[in-house]
Amino acid sequence: MTEKIKKKKNINISLLIGIIIVGITVILAAFPSLFTTFDPEAIDAKSMLAPPSMLHLFGTDNYGRDIFSRVIYSTRIDLFIGVGAMIVPFFIGTAVGIISGYYGGKVDAFLMRILDIFMAFPYMVLAIAIVAITGAGVKALFISMWLVGWKEYTRLVRSEVLVVKNSEYVEAAKVLGYSDLRVIMRSIIPNVLSSAIVYGASDIVMCMMSGAAMSYLGLGVQAPTPEWGAIISGGKAFFTVAWWITVFPGIFLVITGLGFSLIGDGLSDMLRQKGR
Amino acid sequence: MDVFNYTLKRILQMIPVFLIVTVLIFLLIRAIPGDPAMVMLGEKATPESLAALREKLGLNESYIKQFFLYFKGIVTFDLGDSIKFNTPVSTLIFSRVGTTICLTIMSTFFTVIFSFIPGYIAGINKDKIPDQIVRLIALIGLSVPSFWIGLVLLIIFAVNIKIFPVAGWGNTPWEHFVGLILPSITQAIAVSAVLIRNLRNNVVDIKNSDYVDFARSKGISPLRISTHHIIRNALIPTTTLLSLKLIAMFGGSIVIENVFNLPGIGNLLVNSIYARDYAVVQGIVVMFVVVVMVINLLTDIIYSILDPRVKLS
Repeated sequence: MTEKIKKKKNINISLLIGIIIVGITVILAAFPSLFTTFDPEAIDAKSMLAPPSMLHLFGTDNYGRDIFSRVIYSTRIDLFIGVGAMIVPFFIGTAVGIISGYYGGKVDAFLMRILDIFMAFPYMVLAIAIVAITGAGVKALFISMWLVGWKEYTRLVRSEVLVVKNSEYVEAAKVLGYSDLRVIMRSIIPNVLSSAIVYGASDIVMCMMSGAAMSYLGLGVQAPTPEWGAIISGGKAFFTVAWWITVFPGIFLVITGLGFSLIGDGLSDMLRQKGR
Repeated sequence: MDVFNYTLKRILQMIPVFLIVTVLIFLLIRAIPGDPAMVMLGEKATPESLAALREKLGLNESYIKQFFLYFKGIVTFDLGDSIKFNTPVSTLIFSRVGTTICLTIMSTFFTVIFSFIPGYIAGINKDKIPDQIVRLIALIGLSVPSFWIGLVLLIIFAVNIKIFPVAGWGNTPWEHFVGLILPSITQAIAVSAVLIRNLRNNVVDIKNSDYVDFARSKGISPLRISTHHIIRNALIPTTTLLSLKLIAMFGGSIVIENVFNLPGIGNLLVNSIYARDYAVVQGIVVMFVVVVMVINLLTDIIYSILDPRVKLS
């Protein structure tokens, strides 16, 4: 009994901390000007590569731009990339995984061949190929992440469906003559969705990372737009003398990611308890 | 025998996929807006050099003929010439691929160490202190971008404590090895968190399963239960995930090699995009695709051997 109560508390804590972190980043994204007085793109030749101080909390870059301000203003675009790149593949990938695993046979073979085609492209490689066509930018980021992201959900969900499909309760539901749709909705989805949701939470984080990585390579969000990866990229040439340009945007990336991961963890624990 | 037939079948299945993918890559490069010759030559373009390049790329031919030339090139490993380096793309790839392979092997080594041990310990000690610590670290690890942790490691271990080189991988095998340590650790950090969590959850689920209870009640020793019942079964999904991550690592080399200035395939790909050297881009994309297909095939075979529940069909 006591264990049960303790467990419930734990769930609320990780979910709560996650919501608080993500909530703060959402506020930062919505009202960046409340938190900083510096224009993120204002060049100041008098204070180039200044280390962190009371005036410039995170120091300045080689153009004298305030890093704190740039980091705060980046929140909006990084959140947008993370959520926008995750949501579409989540639904497509899960649906394909369930159909493929449940019906098996020719349907499965066909869908798996399509998956094989997409499996053949590592995200970065496809993203770079798309950048070659569309030019660098947010559009190329989304196209490539949508094309690549769904297959991981499909593989995860399909492998779970393959196991659940042979379980007694699914067999029982089939023997009772329930329709495929009902079996899928009532017996399959509740048992396979939790892994997709857990993965989805870390996928938001991964999408943010990938977007930042592409911007770091100069192929995503373009300078001078403030974006965490792009700021780090700008700092790379100076990391031996000005560590702050590189370090601070990354810390924000990590904390934001941690927030989403905590929410995902809390949700998955709740789903599990409900299932049992 | 089953495994052999299955492998053969999978290889036969790979052929149409490979064909479709080559068509896609062909179309991808053709989809670049404007005249590829013009785009590739940029400001240096003269009418003569444009005509010469068009002839060389076979752009004057019909699309069908272009495709057959391109496909023949892939099969015979003649991937055209690099505009920037003025050498055959295949030579260029061969000279760079070793770095990326070494990086991936070392990264896999670190990944197994960083993920299997903590993941198992956390799962066995569910909700106890070791589990809490491992889970927190893994949770943070999920959100650490590889290029950033790479630069942070460089700031710490190359700029402040001068143990590792700031960039490049030297000239001797020993220097190569030292130069690859930080990049491999970076790569491993980036992929371990997912594996730790996955393995931990598998261990927890299996530890509570009926067959482990049954084994325990039969009086089988805890050690044997760990090795035969828990580890083996917990590693099945984790191994699948690891091979997915192997592909991610191969792709991740694009970023890591840029951070650490390693002369590998990933670095070549990025620089070729900057230089609009499309023959190289196309060649590397084809190469990546072949590697990924082989890894996926091996994954499925290993998965089917490890998990008797998955029928070979």
